Formats: sequence, C-alpha cells, structure tokens
Amino acid sequence: MAEKLLELKNITKKFSGVTALSDVSLEIEQGEILTLVGENGAGKSTLIKVITGAHEPTSGEFWFEGKRIEHNSPVLSKQLGIGVIYQELNLMPQLTVAENIFFGKELKKGLILDKQAMQKSCRELIAELGVEIDPQAKVSSLSIAEQQIVEIAKAVSDDIKFLIMDEPTAPLTNNEIDKMFEIIGKLQKKGVAILYISHRLEEVFQISDRVCILRDGKHIVTLPIQEIDKQGLIRHMVGRELGQDYPERTEEPGGIVLSVKGITNNRVHDCSFDVRAGELVGLAGLVGAGRTELARAIFGADPVKEGTVFLNGQKLKINCPQDAIRYGIGLITEDRKNQGLLLNKSIAFNTVYASMRSVCRMGVINSAKEKKMAREYMDAMDIKAWSQEQTAKTLSGGNQQKVVLAKWLATNSKVLIFDEPTRGIDVGAKAEIYQLMRKLAQEGKAIIMISSEMPELIGMSDRVLVMRGGKIMGELSKEEVTQEGILTLATD
Amino acid sequence: MRVSDTKKGKKIKTQGMSKFAIWIALVVLMVFFSVASDGFLTSTNLFNVLRQVAVNGIAAVGMTMVIITGGIDISVGAIMGVASVGCALLMGTGLPPAAAVVLVLLLGLVIGICNGFFVYEIELPPMIATLAVQTILRGATYIMTGGLPVYGLPKSFNIVGQGYLGPIPVPVILMAVCVAVGWFILEKMAFGRYIYGVGSNMEASRLSGIRVRQVMYGVYGMCGAFSALAGVVLLSRVNSGQPKAGEGYEMDIITAVVLGGVSTSGGEGKIVNVLIGLLLIGVLLNGMTIMNISDYYQRVVKGVVLLMAISYDKLSQKRAKKAV
Repeated sequence: MAEKLLELKNITKKFSGVTALSDVSLEIEQGEILTLVGENGAGKSTLIKVITGAHEPTSGEFWFEGKRIEHNSPVLSKQLGIGVIYQELNLMPQLTVAENIFFGKELKKGLILDKQAMQKSCRELIAELGVEIDPQAKVSSLSIAEQQIVEIAKAVSDDIKFLIMDEPTAPLTNNEIDKMFEIIGKLQKKGVAILYISHRLEEVFQISDRVCILRDGKHIVTLPIQEIDKQGLIRHMVGRELGQDYPERTEEPGGIVLSVKGITNNRVHDCSFDVRAGELVGLAGLVGAGRTELARAIFGADPVKEGTVFLNGQKLKINCPQDAIRYGIGLITEDRKNQGLLLNKSIAFNTVYASMRSVCRMGVINSAKEKKMAREYMDAMDIKAWSQEQTAKTLSGGNQQKVVLAKWLATNSKVLIFDEPTRGIDVGAKAEIYQLMRKLAQEGKAIIMISSEMPELIGMSDRVLVMRGGKIMGELSKEEVTQEGILTLATD
Repeated sequence: MRVSDTKKGKKIKTQGMSKFAIWIALVVLMVFFSVASDGFLTSTNLFNVLRQVAVNGIAAVGMTMVIITGGIDISVGAIMGVASVGCALLMGTGLPPAAAVVLVLLLGLVIGICNGFFVYEIELPPMIATLAVQTILRGATYIMTGGLPVYGLPKSFNIVGQGYLGPIPVPVILMAVCVAVGWFILEKMAFGRYIYGVGSNMEASRLSGIRVRQVMYGVYGMCGAFSALAGVVLLSRVNSGQPKAGEGYEMDIITAVVLGGVSTSGGEGKIVNVLIGLLLIGVLLNGMTIMNISDYYQRVVKGVVLLMAISYDKLSQKRAKKAV
C-alpha cells in the first residue's frame, strides 16, 4: 500500500523507575486503520501520549512522514496533522457546533467574525461525514454520538493525516456505532490513518486492517486482522487462556424477591416485572430507552409518579436512595467515577461508606471493626492494591468497580442492579466481575443487569427484558434470546 | 499495580511535605519575631497570642467543616457581631448570662441553617449566599444597637473572655474544647465521615444513601453556632457589645483554615492542622503589632498570605490531577 506515515522505533517510557512502555515499535501507513488493544495498564494511554507529544519518551525514535521528530509536543503534533478524540469529549457545551469547530481558527472578514462562512463550511464538513447536524445548535443540546461527530468534524477541519480514537464507541448505541464506522470509513478513503483503541473485540474485527496487541507495556504482536480470531486476541491480551466467557446458572431460581408494578415517571412508563432469588435478569435496549431511568426510579434516585415496588411481597415506600438501601436494594451506577466512587478517598472509606451503621455505635465509628470489614471485602473481591488506604482514583477501572461492588455487598443488599458493570474494564477484570455476579445470584440475590454489550447481556442473563421509549417491550428467555431478537424489540 | 504504588508514594510524600511546611513556617516566624523584637518571646505575650487566636479558633472549627463540604461561609464574622450584640442586649434585660449565651448559640444555629437552606435547597453558590446573609446580619446589628456600643455587662460574664483557669486563659480552654469536639466529629463519627464524603462527591454520597440534606444543614448550622460562641467570647473580652464586632474576621479564619491544608475544593483537611494555621496567623499578626507595623500593612500581609495559601492548595490539586 501507501508509504509509511508514522513510525515508532523502540520506544521506551519510564516513570520514576517504572517502565510503562518497553521497546515498542509500530508503523502505520496512510489510510490504514490499526486497532490497539490491551488490558488496562498495558500501556495504551502512554503510547497515545507519546504520539501526541504529551509524554517525552525515555528512549526511542518517532518518525512522521519520513522525518524524524526530535522533540514532540502537543502543539507540534497538532501541526504535523495528528488529531485525537478522547473518551471524554473536549467540546464547549455552551457554544454552537460551528463555534466549536472553528474555535481558535475563526474565519474573519477583517476584524469581524464571518459567521455565515463558518456555518456554511461547517455544514459542508458535517455533510461530508454523511450526517446532518445544525451548525447553529448548541453542543449541549446534542446527543453524545452527535457530539463525537462534531469532534471528528473538528479534527477533519484541521486537515489531519493521523487520527487517534480512544474508545469512541463506548457511549454509543449500535445504530450510532454503525454510523461512526461509516464515518471512519470515509476518513480512511481520504487517506487518513487511524489508530483505534477499543475494549470491544467485536469492533476490532469489524473495522481493523491490522491489530496491535500490547501487554504490560510490551509490544506482543501486530497482525493483519484476518490472521487472528477472538480467542487468539484474548489470549495475547491476557497472556493466558480465558476459560468460559460467561458463568452459567447451576441452580433453579427461588421465589420472587423483587416485584415492580407499573412504575411510571417522566422517563419511564408503566414498567412491571419480577426478579426471583438467584436470578439474573438482563435489561436490554438502546441508549435512551429508559433502562438507567427505570433503575434509578426503583432505587429512589429519581421521583416516581405511579407504581409500587414489592420486596418479598412487602410493599415498599421508597422516596430516596436511603430508603431503597434500608430495604436492601443496591444500584451500581454506570458512571463509576462521578456517581459510584469517592475518588479521593481510600478503598476502606468507600467500602464502608454506605453501611456506616454496621460499624458505628451511637454515631461513633469503631475503627477496628471498620478496618476488619474493609479488609474482608478487599480479600473477597480480590481488589489489587497495596493497602486499604490506597485512594480509589489510583486503582484500575476493574479494581475501582470491585470497590463499588464491595460497598454494595457490605450493605447486605438482596437486590442488586448493575448498570453497565463492565464499561471501561479490561478483559481479565470483566471475567472476574461476571464470576462475582453469578456467585451473588447463586447466593440467592436477585440481580438486574443493564448492558449495551449484547454478547455480555445474552451470555449472562437468565432472562432479558427489552425496553424502548421508557416501556418494557417484551421478555426473552435464555433459550430464545438472540441479538436479532433483542434488536427487533428495541427498535421501531 | 506498581505504577499506582509509586504515585501513591509520591502523594504521601508531598502531603507530608506540606504538613511539614506549615510547621516549619510557624517555627521560622517565631524565631524571626523572637530575634527581631524583645517583646515577642515572653510567656505573657505567647499566652496573648493564644488568647487572640482563641476567638478565631472557635469559629474556625465550623468553617473547617463547611470548607470540607466544598463550601465557604463568609457570614461568620457577621454572626459573631450579631451574637455579641445580641448577648449583650439580652443580658441587659436582666436575663442570666448562661441563658443569654444559650439563646445566642441557638440564634447562630438558626442563622447557619438558613445559610444551609440557600446553599442546599436553592443551590446558591455558598460564597454569594453567605455574603448576602453577612450584609443582612451586619445591618441588623446596627439596627439593634442604633450603631452605638452596648455597655454594662454583668461582672460574672467577664470570666468567659478574660478569666483564667490556673495559668490558662478561659478562651483558650474554650477553643481547645471546640477543636476537640470538631476533631471528634470529623475523625470519629459517622457524621464526620459523611462531611468528607459529601465534599468529595455529593452525588455519589446521595446514591450511597447518605442524607446529604442533613449533612449540609448540620454543617452550616454548626458553623453558625461555633461563630456565635466566638462572638460571645469576643463580647466578654472587649467587655462591650460593639456593632462592628467580628467585622472582617471571616478572612482571617478562612486564611487559617486554608493554611491548615483544608482544600477549598472539598473532601480533604484535618482540623489539627487548622490549629497550626491559626497559630501561624496569630503569630504573624501579633509579631507585626509588636514590631509596630501598622494595621494597614497588616491587612496587606494577611491578603498576601491568603492568596499564597489558596494558590498553593490549587497548585497541589493540579499536580495531583496530573499524577493520575
């Protein structure tokens, strides 16, 4: 194919003695899509930061368009034509689409901004990507998917030659993902090389030309995608064979634990369902279908207009999360960092936080009891940290999620609602979370799992409820559930 | 895991450094003033420093809690004023001092709860809400007194601000008790844990079943009550109800709390370090007074110290963010 666009030669990066990248070499050609996979901590972010100039490599060479770049910097990499789209979007929500795209490079007539020219050129840019977004719309009024497209349009308007995309599809629905892939295809045709990072292996097979696997800061292998299968990919990523993906139920579920009848508020409408002890019920639907909203309504995080929740036949009065927790309902939120954890606080602090009462007497904390409790859950969850005093923000995504789980197990919940429990978590930790969820079900807890990852939802659930537009559209048993079946119910 | 280990290690180190830094600053300052003036290093003067610190120290306990929740309370000086004058007027009606003090503490609590209402329910920025309350209270204080000092306090009331227990001034003992109470709440009680938690992440706290409303009302209410107590001590010390009492004190208190390492973005801070921050400010002001530096210059210095302390706090937050 075409010539080499970017070349990394023997890049090593050390942080105060710890090697984050070790002797990594990589080359990308024009118009090529190279996916970068690896568990959390494999060195993907460090590699990106070396390319964008945020990190100076300890040793090794960086070549771009046949020229050696000696001192890369964020400014220089931008000038070279390297763009990045991060998971967290970097748009200004109060400004319009056009203002965002031309931020810092506004078109002017003399001293005055040429708004019409900017809007026109913005419309063209977006049309080129095959979508329709009003250039005058405020970014805050757009969906996440549309915002990402604006980011891409912004990058394209910079005449990029090389685009890094860090898990762009994580917050997107399947339809939106297809759209995103079309856009990526268009960029590729224009000759833009793309370095694509994803935890979703299906995607990797869908869009890659080649795949590069990192593990523990080392380059394991780079292969054309045709030469590897999913198992092989996972094997390289974790360095070991993963057993069965999804643990199966071994015992019949018991009686009905949670019964939801006619829950209605401004986001969900007349939702009713039951969950039995030992059962793991999946909640499927596209983003915006009302799954999270239903969970939050049951949990008392959002107000409920009508409907009741029964626990073991007892009618519950839930006005706030505190009530739900007292009854034994827990919600593991999808937004771990903003809603699940106190990032600046220790593992112990987080673990005990929702069940202070059990380590307190008359409001006074029994520290010995607290430490013991934190220790027990840290061991039970196999949280990898050097001490229970380590702050949550220093943990990997998987370990953070385990801390959240520990917090909810400590409350002795009978019902646990998992909202996207494996988002942003590496393959190894995912398997552990699956095992844990199954084990909890086995112990007699009633479990609801919301997930946008179809294989996980189908693999884990004993039964799948499908939502659309705030309503439960139907139910699929373990035997009849398929991706197509879910999608048929989830779309109009 | 090794990566996070070193990060944590670094963080401990910098935290240790900053804790050290304030101790060192205190010692350096004390040595400086001891050398530069004869009057500084005498036991009378050192107790003087403690006595001067005591009023602010009592109010700082409440302020520390408020700042840990990520808020701020600009109205503490005005609460001191209204409590001071209110207490004087109540005693003037013949009410026993003890009853007057209790009433005034309740008043402080109620004012604090009002602050909490505007901050939590109406979601006003704490700075603005308490600034408005400050203005209202100061106005009320002038109305209550007609702008004139209230004299004629009962003799027995003197002990609160001027008395001694053995060699130790009563205000200092009161401050010690308040700091101990604050320490106990923050370090040993579930409620204190919730204060840190709410300051660290309010939404996650709510979803963990924490009664955030109670925490917010509780913290602002306590801040009001501690400030009222500080006002009472101030009243007894100056022996008259001054309508200007406590004016501008909030700045000294905030400076001390931030110097003590309580992060203005919430969730972090230790009350013991705030005590050091208080002493630092106290020594600074006392030393400058002894060296005959005018109040005008002292104000400039105080402002500079506050700016430095807040900048340092902000910079260490930035560094911590970068490390992750």
